[in-house]
Amino acid sequence: MSFQQPELDLSPDVSDEVRKTTCYMCACRCGINVHMKDGKVAYIEGNRDHPVNRGVLCAKGSAGIMQHNAPSRLRAPLKRVGPRGSGQFEEISWDEALEIAAGWLTPLRESDPSKLAFFTGRDQSQSFTSFWAQNFGTPNYAAHGGFCSVNMAAAGIYTMGGAFWEFGQPDWDHTKLFMLFGVAEDHDSNPIKMGIGKIKARGARVIGVNPIRTGYNAVADEWVGITPGTDGLFILALVHELLRAGKVDLEYLARFTNAPVLVNCDAESAEHGLLLRDEEGKLLVIDRRTGAPAAFDQEGVRPDLSATWDRDGVTHRPVMHLLAERYMHAEYAPEAVADRCGVSAERIRAIAAELARVAFEEAFELPLEWTDFRGETHTSMKGRPVSFHAMRGISAHSNGFQTCRALHMLQILLGTVEVPGGFRFKPPYPKPVSAHPKPHCKWQPGKPLDGPHLGFVQGPDDLALRADGSPARIDKAFTWDNPMSSHGLMHMVISNAHAGDPYRIDTLFMYMANMSWNSSMNTRGVMDMLTDTDENGDYVIPHIIYSDAYSSEMVAYADLILPDTTYLERHDCISLLDRPICEADAAADAIRWPVVEPGRDVRGFQTVLVQLANKMKLPGFTNEDGSAKYEDYADYITNHQRKPGIGPLAGWRRKGNEEVSGRGDPNPDQLQRYIDNGGFFVNHIPDACAYMKPWNMGYQDWAVGMGLFDTPQPYVFDLYVETMRRFQLAAEGHGERQPPDRLRERIKTTLDPLPIWYPPVEDSHVDTQAFPVHALTQRPMAMYHSWGTQNAWLRQIHGRNPLYVPTALWEANGFAEGDWAEVTSAHGTITVPVAHMAALNANTVWTWNAIGKRKGAWALSEDAPEATRGFLLNHLIHELLPPRGDGLRWSNSDPITGQAAWFDLRVKICKAQPPAESQPAFDPIRSPVPPGPGELEWKVGK
Amino acid sequence: MHPAPSVIVFTTLSGLGFGLLFWLGTGVVVPTGWAGFGYFALAFGLSVGGLIASTFHLGHPERAWRAMTQWRSSWLSREGVCAVACLLAMGFYAAGLVLFDLRLTVLGFAGAVLAAGTVFTTSMIYAQLKTVPRWNTALTPVLFLSISLAGGAVLTGRFGLTNVLLLVAGVVQVVWWMRGDTALKQSGTTLASATGLGNIGAVRAFEPPHTGTNYLLREFVHVVGRRHALKLRTIALVAGYVLPVLLMLPGSLVLTALAALCHLLGVAASRWLFFAEAEHVVGLYYGKRVA
Amino acid sequence: MTSLPASTQRSLGLVIDLDTCVGCHACVVSCKGWNTENYGVPLSDQDPYGANPSGTFLNRVHSYEVQPDAGPAQLIHFPKSCLHCEDAPCVTVCPTGASYKRIEDGIVLVNEDHCIGCGLCAWACPYGARELDAAEGVMKKCTLCVDRIYNENLPEEDRMPSCVRTCPAGARHFGDLSDPDSAVSQLVAQRGGMDLMPEQETRPVNKYLPPRPKDRIAEPEFDALAPYLSPVAEDPGGFVGWLDKMLEKI
Repeated sequence: MSFQQPELDLSPDVSDEVRKTTCYMCACRCGINVHMKDGKVAYIEGNRDHPVNRGVLCAKGSAGIMQHNAPSRLRAPLKRVGPRGSGQFEEISWDEALEIAAGWLTPLRESDPSKLAFFTGRDQSQSFTSFWAQNFGTPNYAAHGGFCSVNMAAAGIYTMGGAFWEFGQPDWDHTKLFMLFGVAEDHDSNPIKMGIGKIKARGARVIGVNPIRTGYNAVADEWVGITPGTDGLFILALVHELLRAGKVDLEYLARFTNAPVLVNCDAESAEHGLLLRDEEGKLLVIDRRTGAPAAFDQEGVRPDLSATWDRDGVTHRPVMHLLAERYMHAEYAPEAVADRCGVSAERIRAIAAELARVAFEEAFELPLEWTDFRGETHTSMKGRPVSFHAMRGISAHSNGFQTCRALHMLQILLGTVEVPGGFRFKPPYPKPVSAHPKPHCKWQPGKPLDGPHLGFVQGPDDLALRADGSPARIDKAFTWDNPMSSHGLMHMVISNAHAGDPYRIDTLFMYMANMSWNSSMNTRGVMDMLTDTDENGDYVIPHIIYSDAYSSEMVAYADLILPDTTYLERHDCISLLDRPICEADAAADAIRWPVVEPGRDVRGFQTVLVQLANKMKLPGFTNEDGSAKYEDYADYITNHQRKPGIGPLAGWRRKGNEEVSGRGDPNPDQLQRYIDNGGFFVNHIPDACAYMKPWNMGYQDWAVGMGLFDTPQPYVFDLYVETMRRFQLAAEGHGERQPPDRLRERIKTTLDPLPIWYPPVEDSHVDTQAFPVHALTQRPMAMYHSWGTQNAWLRQIHGRNPLYVPTALWEANGFAEGDWAEVTSAHGTITVPVAHMAALNANTVWTWNAIGKRKGAWALSEDAPEATRGFLLNHLIHELLPPRGDGLRWSNSDPITGQAAWFDLRVKICKAQPPAESQPAFDPIRSPVPPGPGELEWKVGK
Repeated sequence: MHPAPSVIVFTTLSGLGFGLLFWLGTGVVVPTGWAGFGYFALAFGLSVGGLIASTFHLGHPERAWRAMTQWRSSWLSREGVCAVACLLAMGFYAAGLVLFDLRLTVLGFAGAVLAAGTVFTTSMIYAQLKTVPRWNTALTPVLFLSISLAGGAVLTGRFGLTNVLLLVAGVVQVVWWMRGDTALKQSGTTLASATGLGNIGAVRAFEPPHTGTNYLLREFVHVVGRRHALKLRTIALVAGYVLPVLLMLPGSLVLTALAALCHLLGVAASRWLFFAEAEHVVGLYYGKRVA
Repeated sequence: MTSLPASTQRSLGLVIDLDTCVGCHACVVSCKGWNTENYGVPLSDQDPYGANPSGTFLNRVHSYEVQPDAGPAQLIHFPKSCLHCEDAPCVTVCPTGASYKRIEDGIVLVNEDHCIGCGLCAWACPYGARELDAAEGVMKKCTLCVDRIYNENLPEEDRMPSCVRTCPAGARHFGDLSDPDSAVSQLVAQRGGMDLMPEQETRPVNKYLPPRPKDRIAEPEFDALAPYLSPVAEDPGGFVGWLDKMLEKI
């Protein structure tokens, strides 16, 4: 018989309808096409028109269907009925839930709003949640930036008015050499992958600097397997070499940075180290045309990088002199740093030479005419095709702020920021520090806070201190311990609240933050603090309200659970007021909208906040006649105005009967316009304004039109950060506000206005001989935080996590496949499975982040591999450093920003008898949801 | 390879059954009446029982008839055709002997050829697979045929014939093992050729694509400890080939039956090893084989 | 019959760039999503929330460490799915004719209505490209998204396999490898595209582009870079002097 190929239907129906919204499987915020069949989600793919992902989608995004349908979804509000931590709850109605919450919160607001600590985790609505907290009146609000990557944000903004993170990107179209330092795989992750693919297709080269060679570093043409915590030293050695060779962009430095600005060099002066200003407060430079001081932004001024100026007997030298003096010193020579960095001097030199070659030999011009802020018109833009990017790898160290600063200094010296081929900001950046708010902390009973909680201090006067000098905030942000903590310190909230230091609170209200598990250092300690009782048997933290969509480990530790929706069931806005989805050449924002209605008794958390605000009649949410301004979050998104004409969304606003972008009145059809446009709005920056933005008046005017600023805000980059010098001056005894004596030396050393490197602080608190090995975590590309585990598809890829051990340690310990190790830090011990990895810094072990799970959480069976073989490194890390005999407990964070120093961790490792399961093991918590099915055959259509 | 009981039972029993059918067809024994019934019932029981067992590893046994269609290209299809043809031919042959005391010699020889053909086609299912170097040899059909014929001979109770055949089968078995132990190495397929990365340096599997198991790991990656394998090989040799010879010496029916059982046990052990020791090259991708 | 066609009109397949794949598993999950919902029976998962989760996937990403003679070890992410071989052993072993190679485009498919789930095709495949679905008892494999690439219900730009459409790094390319002028054939020619397990003589259609040489910056070519670092000054004083000189030129 002859074989007949079967007849295939080559054009089957793909779906009944495509609904376009925004992904929430990580913080990347890609556009997604949700294919619907029979009213159900059938398939999710990337949206080709979307500015972030242009159609591509990562593993997490494609697995969204499994997240949306996960058995771990909470189903109704829950009231705790057993002891905290047991997981015993009863389901209650929303009316009762809101009644309970308002019953706890209203008295606090009327007496002492600071008794509420409201902290949000993986929140993508911070401009809204902070607005809510501000109107409640508590000073105690922040999101999770403090334990994530505040060093990156703060160092970037203080140095150049914008950061890496998702707030900027390499000029993928022109760059020829891309240097990448440790990057967490959940911010801008698809754009970075797309960019690397794009430049590699062009034959451009990638240098990866990371102790671990996975992911982006695996495809890097050059891998620098650096010793953790020494990136700053490595970068400063590159700077040393570039300065010696004169391979710095002098014209760029003179025109666009504070390198020519004059510094008071009189060591006796109370203004020693401050920048010279004229009567109007403008920075002064020497104008090469006249040899006399002139305001830096004066029309036609040619700032001199070299000339000094004597005034009133005080010599003022340009920043450039101090910079050359500092970095040409032999302590930064490649030979001097090679051993500590674990990178040979030859390699450091070769990389410096390659940076110099590409930046200066492959420079090019783009024929774009533009006018700078001094009024000078240029016929072209000079391109320098070297670009950099970095994230958590250099950020999550106690020297992270200065390391990030050093990296920014390097790219500025090469003249590669905001030029073609270099690193480019995305709106609303660039934005000078001075255009950001300062922190606010003054509360009064029954009144809103005096301003936004978080911001950028410019000196000791801006610290959040009470009249007696004690911290005003529960997390001690903006205090002498960490003066520039722009994102707050979420990781200190629970331990401070438990200790009653600086004061006691009544209610801890958290959103999407798994504090009793992977989002805390000292996980067991946090569980104990959350369940600890006082002498009366009352909980030390009296009330805990928690909102989450899923049965996370934190659920068991709350008294009241407000169940959130999944990302496909909710309204959200990814706003220009917050962390938008802009590109370097476009302003863009986006929404989420309920593409399906939840089949459970759950509500979007932001809507619940609106309902709570209405119940408490919070100002900002209440009209003068006492009626509610907003019915729900969608109503807020549409109708809220931060200031006249500026709302959460910039697209399709109203002027009369016309729809306009940027500034305009609320438009009742706005959300529908977004939906019709695929869930996002994009407004392109004109070509001639797309580079040189901080100094390009065309861009500045465009930004004003879009509502990003009210007036143009041109500025120069701060190689020298005067704010830091102000804190040093205070530590030296100048000024009214004085730091406590215990902190004087530390402030003098660490808050250096020019980037420095100092060893990670943990190294001075533990015996580095006894704990010789660095321990890190990385986030897998196919998992986001703890969320991936409840996803039936993703957990097959990463269902457990070994500790990866480099060859030398592997052999020294006689490890074989299947072995287990005991890993000990100054704080604790874990016993975990090991695996061998050769492409790893010789003195570093690492594992995947947040794979380990507590039994009973996430609707998994109690014998799930995540619970029996998975593990967390968190058990080894404490929020405080071990005592060192000075009677003080120092916090395990960056002394400048308070950034949690996760990656300072040092351990020792030895072979262990295989235990029955990873240690420490915890008792199961009772699951608030039923277990998942035993088999899945996922097909919506027939 | 995963030593699936269904496949081990199938190849062991049906090998024995078709071996016996071969000897019945060729007229080495020509039983009639009740004796004939006994012989043929045993032969059909073993061969058909084995075939039924083999369907247990199918995802859709109800469609098994489709497996007869691709005889021009597929050894598995040919096996099916041979088996059915053999059973039909021998069924008529048996009916002649048992019911009518009539020996249809030509039909018998045809049935015998088909019986041997069935065993041969079965063996070719394995022998054709380049992906399993241990099986991918002309020795595999020789092994299957020699075991089948020897086993069938044991059931005939003919000592002389059996003695020679068991000896041959035992020798083939040992030679097959010896070749098999270096087969993967000899095949030239390595992790380097599997990944094409060998010219950069020494390749090692780092992270598997999934931390759990999957069909491929369950089906193709079975690792047998060396000592365990040696023990089983000894059992296979002694029980399968040596003991039966000794047990059949006295010519007692009971002892012959015991010899047959003993042989069956040995062959089952041999078949378990046949699968369990076989290295599928896909295991290289998972870093489970050192070639 | 399931003999292979003497020739196919086209040889559609994938070209996978090992120099660019970052190992993100995007292709793996996109494939799972499309193919569980589309061609044939769903791709089932057993014990999905339990101790031993295991499911059917048509595409999986391995990772390998390669230690060169000199220099640091390299890590290479390695996606693997059906290679749609010209001499596909999985097709000829099939007893029922369920496995076949399409004459039009060379795609190797399983007609699930005829599959008895014997597993022999998976045994014959050296690449581990076929997985027997535990719930449905039929063989599943990459279809090259045969229900996408010609699908008139999809916009033309989307008529490609879902793994290619979703790959963020652009490490996957789809096209006709039998046409020497096609973009994929050109890429293979330029970058030295290779076959996996050529000794198995399956003649895969899919090709892999090898990683480019790595970690060469400190090697002899460094001498060529040295001039870029020739010093202008050894100390800050000298540097300031140089600055003055240079600023005159700006």
